[in-house]
Parts: sequence; structure tokens; C-alpha cells
Amino acid sequence: MKLRKLAVLAIAGALALSACGKEGDSGSDEPTSAVESAVAVSGSKTFDAIKKRGSVVIGVKEDQPNLGYKDPTTNEYSGFDISIAKLIAAKLGYGDDKVTFKAIPSANREQAIINGDVDYYVGTYSITDKRKQQISFAGPYYIAGQDLLVRKDDTSITGPDTLKGKTVCSATGSTSIQRIKDEHKDAKTVEFEKYSQCVDGLINKQVDAVTTDDAILKGYAAQQPDKLKVVGKPFSEEKYGVGLAKDDSALRGKVNDIIEEAAKDGEWKSIYDATLGKSGTTATPPALERY
Amino acid sequence: MPTLTDNWDLFLEAFVNTILLFVVSGLFALIVGTLLGAFRVAPVPALRWFGAGYVNLLRNTPLTLVFFFVAFGFPYLEINFSFTTFAIIALSSYTAAFVCEAVRSGINTVPAGQAEAARAVGLTFFQTLRFVILPQAFRAVVPPLASILIALLKNTTIAAGFSVAEAGSIRANLSELGYPALAGLIWVVIGFLILVLPLSAAQRNLERRWSVAR
Repeated sequence: MKLRKLAVLAIAGALALSACGKEGDSGSDEPTSAVESAVAVSGSKTFDAIKKRGSVVIGVKEDQPNLGYKDPTTNEYSGFDISIAKLIAAKLGYGDDKVTFKAIPSANREQAIINGDVDYYVGTYSITDKRKQQISFAGPYYIAGQDLLVRKDDTSITGPDTLKGKTVCSATGSTSIQRIKDEHKDAKTVEFEKYSQCVDGLINKQVDAVTTDDAILKGYAAQQPDKLKVVGKPFSEEKYGVGLAKDDSALRGKVNDIIEEAAKDGEWKSIYDATLGKSGTTATPPALERY
Repeated sequence: MPTLTDNWDLFLEAFVNTILLFVVSGLFALIVGTLLGAFRVAPVPALRWFGAGYVNLLRNTPLTLVFFFVAFGFPYLEINFSFTTFAIIALSSYTAAFVCEAVRSGINTVPAGQAEAARAVGLTFFQTLRFVILPQAFRAVVPPLASILIALLKNTTIAAGFSVAEAGSIRANLSELGYPALAGLIWVVIGFLILVLPLSAAQRNLERRWSVAR
């Protein structure tokens, strides 16, 4: 009898506690777009599949703070890319409750789109000609550049030309690390599965710099501003696009329209300010490349 | 096909690293594993407990975690090696646990009477092991040892996540360069087949030559 009472009390207590925990972080403060109704994209296989399913499946990243990030405690996605993905879904007629996010790492993106695992992909996806042979892109919706993340007290690294003898870290096989290997042969390179491992390595001095697109690095710098800083001299241009099934030009045109409209009516800017803009930077939407 | 022919350098470097990891870790694993196997049947209780502890710890820890402990834990203790060395440490200490168990099972196939006879003619424990038990034990465990080595060869791919550019990293590189992932994977699989087939052939050959007449 006593035991049962105790158990009930414990469960009630746990429930109360977990409820308390939820109340504090009621979602993100990122803007949400009005959901359009009666959208038609004629001739798009992907859109037909979305309509049949009644929901949108979007491929994203889950480990990039302020870009594509999944909060492990609430399982909620947030960030710039996530908001752009939601905006596109809303303009296609599907609200947040009809959006499913699928976290897909860089190396599997093309295959996920080809297989139809995701309807479209929004996650630091650089538009390249090689990739266009397998999938197609709408956008760009953002222009990033390769930069370096270093320890706050490190003044010896001021740009890619000061990397001699330094250890530079990035994700296994990434374009960023391939560029360092090709163009800065006097730098040592380290490749880990995830950028977060590189950032750990940076803090405990296993590596001297982490390199990838500045957007990703700014997110980490914003997480630990007293330990890390971004050098701020981008040395490449990466155009982020929305990955779509190849030959789905109908949907590509529609998504391009959505991005263009958001750039014009200020929605793009309010999304930026609520996410990447928190790092104290400003940006303007890039010009679209329709092909 | 262009996925392979455009990227010879990448494939070559990756598979050379894979072979390096496999050969060096394999050697260490065989040596350490045999030693541990001897510990597990040793007359000294402390050695037996050490052997059992090692096997239970390493065999029950996922290899990725072993890699984590080595590649990220050692630097915390100010032990710094190259990542290739870290990978060899992780792979060989993990595989040694399996080699140990295979060797021990081989030792168990040797009738106890032989050890007793060896002791009776005045051989020490290590002489018994060296001249009587282990030669027979190894013959009995050629197939499981070959399986362990083949598993080791495939396990080397985990090192890709820890900054060793071996075959497991080919796919990540190719997909960033914009080549189709599936074609890349197929070539990696073919590469592994080419590496595994001689191993299987060696196993069959050894089995035939070493088969114990009972």
C-alpha cells in the first residue's frame, strides 16, 4: 500500500517536473509564414507525391547551431535553413504541423533526393555543376564563404595564408578540407566525422583551426563566444540552394518564386535576423539563378 | 566507371591506408591476443584475471567507442600520436580480445593429458605452451582466426571518422566532389573483395596443410 502510494507520488512528481521543463522553452522565436491554400504545381512529380501523402518531408542538418539544429531535449528543429524550409512548405500549402524533418548528413544528400526519401533538401547545400548532374537546385537563397574558426586568444591565424604548420580540421572529405589540401600544402589537416568534434578538438588544442562555410562557423562562435571567434576573411563562395529531384523543373520554378518573393517582402530578412543575424552580422538575399 | 577512373589517386591512397591499418593492427592483435590467451590459461590467478578483464572490457565495447576513447581520450591524458597510430591502437587492442578468445578455444581442443604429459617430462608452463599446446591450438583455430582478420579488415573503415583517409572515407570524398555515391560504394566493395579473397585462399591453404590428424 505504502509502496504504491510512493510510486504514484513519484510519477506525479516526475510529470509535474517535465511539464515545468517544457514551459520554459516554448518553441523558437523564429518567424512563421502564413500557410497558402489551393496551391498547384502542375507537372511536378514531387508535388504530386506530397499531395498524396498530405505532408512534406524535408531533408535538413541537425548538428549546425543557428542553421539546421535539432534540440536533443525537445526534438525541435531550429535555425536559418530550417526556417527557409518551413517557409517553402508554407507557401506550398503545408503548415508546420504537416512538415516532417529528416536529418541527412552531407554525404547522403544526393542519394536521399534520388531515392525520394525527401521532397527537398535545405541544409548548407552548395550548388555545384557536378551535383547538378544528379539533382537540381532552386536558389541560391544564401551565399556563404569558406572561413576559419580559431580560439579567441589565437592571433597567429588571420587568414588562409597564415596556416603554415597549423593543424586545420573539417569534416571527412568535405570540399573545405579538399581545398586546404590542394591550396595550402604546408598546413596539416585533420578530418572528423562531424564539425562538432573539430570544435571540441579546437577547444582542447588538438587542432588550431576549424574550416568550413562561415555560416556554420558563426553558429559555433555564437555558442561559445568567450572561447571561439571566426577569422572573418571568407576565401571562397558557396551558393546554398534547395536540393530537388532532377528534372522537376515545375517545382524548381515554384521554389524559386517562393525564395524571390520572400526576398522582396522582407520575410527573408526577418528569418536571417532571428537566426544567423544573432551573431551580429547582416546579409542581403542573393540574386536567383534560374536555369 | 568514371567514378573510379577520375579518382585513381583517391582510391589508391585510401586502399594503401586500409592495407597499412590492416597489416599492422593484425600483427599486433595476433601477438597481443596470443599473449592474452596464454594469460587466460596461466597458473597465476592475477594473469588469468587480467586476461578475463581485458577480454570482457574490449569485446563488449563497440569499436566506435574504443576509437573515441583512443582518439579523443588519449590527448586529454597528454598522450599524442598521429591519428593513424591512434587507429592502429584502437583496432589492435579491440581485435586482440577476439584473437585471445579464439586462441583459448583452440587451447581447449588440446586434450588435458598432453599438458600433463608435458609437465611429467619436465617442461615448464611456458615450454608446454610453446612446444605442445599452441602449435596444436593454432591449427584448430585457423577458420575463426581468418574470420577475425577479415572482420578487422572491414573494421578499418571506422577510422575514416577519426582522420585516417582509408577506404571508408572514399564515399564522403566522392560525394563532395559530386560523384554518385552508389557507384563509389560499388568500387569500394570491389576493392574489399580483392583484399578479402587472398585472405580466404590463405585460410583454405593453411587449413589443408595444418589439418590435425586425430
